[in-house]
Amino acid sequence: MLSKSFFCSNVRKRGEWRAFILVMFAVCALGGIILSLSVGALSISINEIISAIFSDASGANRQVIWNIRLPRTLVGALVGINLSLAGAILQGVMKNPLADPHIIGVSSGAGLAGVSIMVLFPHKEYLVTPVAFLGAMLAAVFIYILAWKGGIRPVRIILAGVAVSAFLNSAISALLVFYSDRVHGALMWMVGGLSARSWPHLDIILPYTVAGSILAVFGARRLNILNLGDEVSRGLGLNVEVSRIALTAVAALMAASAVSVVGLLGFVGLIVPHAARLLVGSDYRYLLPASALLGVAVVTLSDTLARVAFSPIEIPVGIIMAFVGAPFFLYLLRRDA
Amino acid sequence: MSILKADNLSFSFDEKIVLDNLTLAVEEGKIVAILGPNGSGKSTLLKVLSRNIKPNKGIVYLDDKNLAQLSGKTIAQQMAVLPQSPQAPNDLTVRDLVEFGRFPHQSWWQGKSEQDEHYVSWALAQTGLAQMADRVVSTLSGGERQRVWIAMALAQKPEILLLDEPTTYLDICHQLEIMELLAAFNEEHNLTVVMVLHDINHAARYSDYVVVLQQGKVFAAGRPKDVITEHTLREVFGVESEITLDKTGKPVIIIRGLAAKKV
Repeated sequence: MLSKSFFCSNVRKRGEWRAFILVMFAVCALGGIILSLSVGALSISINEIISAIFSDASGANRQVIWNIRLPRTLVGALVGINLSLAGAILQGVMKNPLADPHIIGVSSGAGLAGVSIMVLFPHKEYLVTPVAFLGAMLAAVFIYILAWKGGIRPVRIILAGVAVSAFLNSAISALLVFYSDRVHGALMWMVGGLSARSWPHLDIILPYTVAGSILAVFGARRLNILNLGDEVSRGLGLNVEVSRIALTAVAALMAASAVSVVGLLGFVGLIVPHAARLLVGSDYRYLLPASALLGVAVVTLSDTLARVAFSPIEIPVGIIMAFVGAPFFLYLLRRDA
Repeated sequence: MSILKADNLSFSFDEKIVLDNLTLAVEEGKIVAILGPNGSGKSTLLKVLSRNIKPNKGIVYLDDKNLAQLSGKTIAQQMAVLPQSPQAPNDLTVRDLVEFGRFPHQSWWQGKSEQDEHYVSWALAQTGLAQMADRVVSTLSGGERQRVWIAMALAQKPEILLLDEPTTYLDICHQLEIMELLAAFNEEHNLTVVMVLHDINHAARYSDYVVVLQQGKVFAAGRPKDVITEHTLREVFGVESEITLDKTGKPVIIIRGLAAKKV
C-alpha cells in the first residue's frame, strides 16, 4: 500500500523522498495559510497582509486581517494539526487503519454535549465549547473504562467506541427531532465550520496544540515500537498498557479541544494521517510532522474554498473537505494498490 | 547457576488449567528446548516468562530477582523475546527493524548513540545481513526475515533469548540455518537460549536441556538422551518411535506410527 518510490532499496533516496514530501507539505501548509489570509470578499496582497499584521495598525486591511482572517486561519491551522495528530496517534495505538478521533467517542461526546446546549439552552451559546470539551473527554474516559479488562485491547476499545458512539448519536438525533425548530445551528456545528472563529477560540485550542505536539514528538518512538505488536513491544521493554493509555489521552485532549471549538470535523483525523502515511511511510518520526503539516494545508485550503466557492454564502468547511478530500484519497489508494 | 527460574507457575483460562504448578530452572549459557504436544502449555509458558501473560500463581525469577517487580526496560536489557511469526509494518528496512533492538538501552529524550550504531552493525554482521541492511523487510524470504528478527533481538545484547517456534513456516534448510545461528551465538557469546520447538529432532540435536510438557506439567526434564525416549514419545505425543544415538551421542528419532490408544 506504499508508494512505489518507497520500495526502492536505496535508503538515501528514501531519506531524500521523505524530506521532499515534508518540504512539499510545509509549502502547502504555508500556501494554505497565505491564501486563506488573502482571498475573500476583499482581496488582499501578500505585502498588504504582512504590513497589516506586523506594522500598519491603522489601515483598512488591518481590520479584516487582524480581526477576522488571521484568527480564523490560525484556528483552522491548529484544528488541522490537532485532528491529524490525534488520528495518526490513534491509528498507531489501535493498530487499526480505521481508528480516528470518532473511535474513542470524542466526536459523539462533544456532539451530544454541544447540541444539548444549542437546542436546550440556546441563549447560553458561550457554554458550547467548554461543555463540548467536557462531553468529549467524558465519552473517551467512559469508553476506556468499558474496554478495560485487566488491560487495554485495541479491539475492545474500538467495539466499545462504536457502541457508545451509536448510543450518543441516537441521543443527538432525538434532541434534533424534538427541537426541530432549532436544528439549523446544531447542524452547522455538527458538520464543523470555522465561520466566526476568532481569538478567544485560538486561546482555547493553542495550549493543547503546543502540549500535544510536544508529547506526540516524544511518543513517536513508542508508536514505532507499538507497531511491531504487543509481544515484541513488551520484549523490547515498552510498557504497552501505560504507553497506550498515555498516547490515547494525548490524542483525546487534542481532538476534544479541536471539535469543541469548530464542531465535529470528521474527515481530517481519518484521512490526513492515511494520506501522509501513503507518502512518507509508517515511521512516526516522519509521519507525525507530515500529518500535522498536511492537516494545516487541508483545513486552511478547504476553508478558503468554503468561503469563496459559493460566495456570498459560506458553507461549512467539513463539507468541502469531504467532497474534495475523499476522491483525492481514493486516488492515492488506487495508485498504490 | 540458574539465570531464569519459574517457581510453581499456574495459569488457567476459562476454567481450563493451562499451566499446573510448573517449576523450571534454566541454567546460564545453555540451550533449553521446550517440547510438548499442542495444548500442553508450552507457548503459554513462554508467554509467562516473557511477561505477556500474568500467571495466576507462582513467580518467575530473572537472576534471582522477581520478574514482576522489575521494570520492562531492565528486563529487556537482559532478556530478548521473539514471539511466533511477528509482524512489522511493510515499509521497514532491515536496519530500521534491527535498530528497534536498541530501544531498551535508549533514554526517552536521546537519539541513537555511537554504541547503538555499533551494536546494530554488529548484529547485522553476525546474522549475515550486512549486505541486505537497506532492503525492505517485507521483500525478504521467510528465512531471511526470521534472521532479521533474531538480529533485532541480538542488538538488545541480551543474556537470554526466548523464542516461540522460531522455525515455523521455514523450509528445512532455513530451519537448520536458524538453529545453527542460535547454536553459534550460544557457543561464542554464552547466550542462554530458551525456545519452544515443534521438531523433536532439532531439540535433540541442538539443545543441552529438554523440558517436555504434558497438560501444563513437566513430564520430564534433562539431557536430550535421557528425556527423549521411546517411552516419552509414546506417553506424551502418542506415537511409536525408534530412537538411536548418532556418532556424537545425540538421539535421532524415527517415528514409526501412532501408538495404540490406552483404554
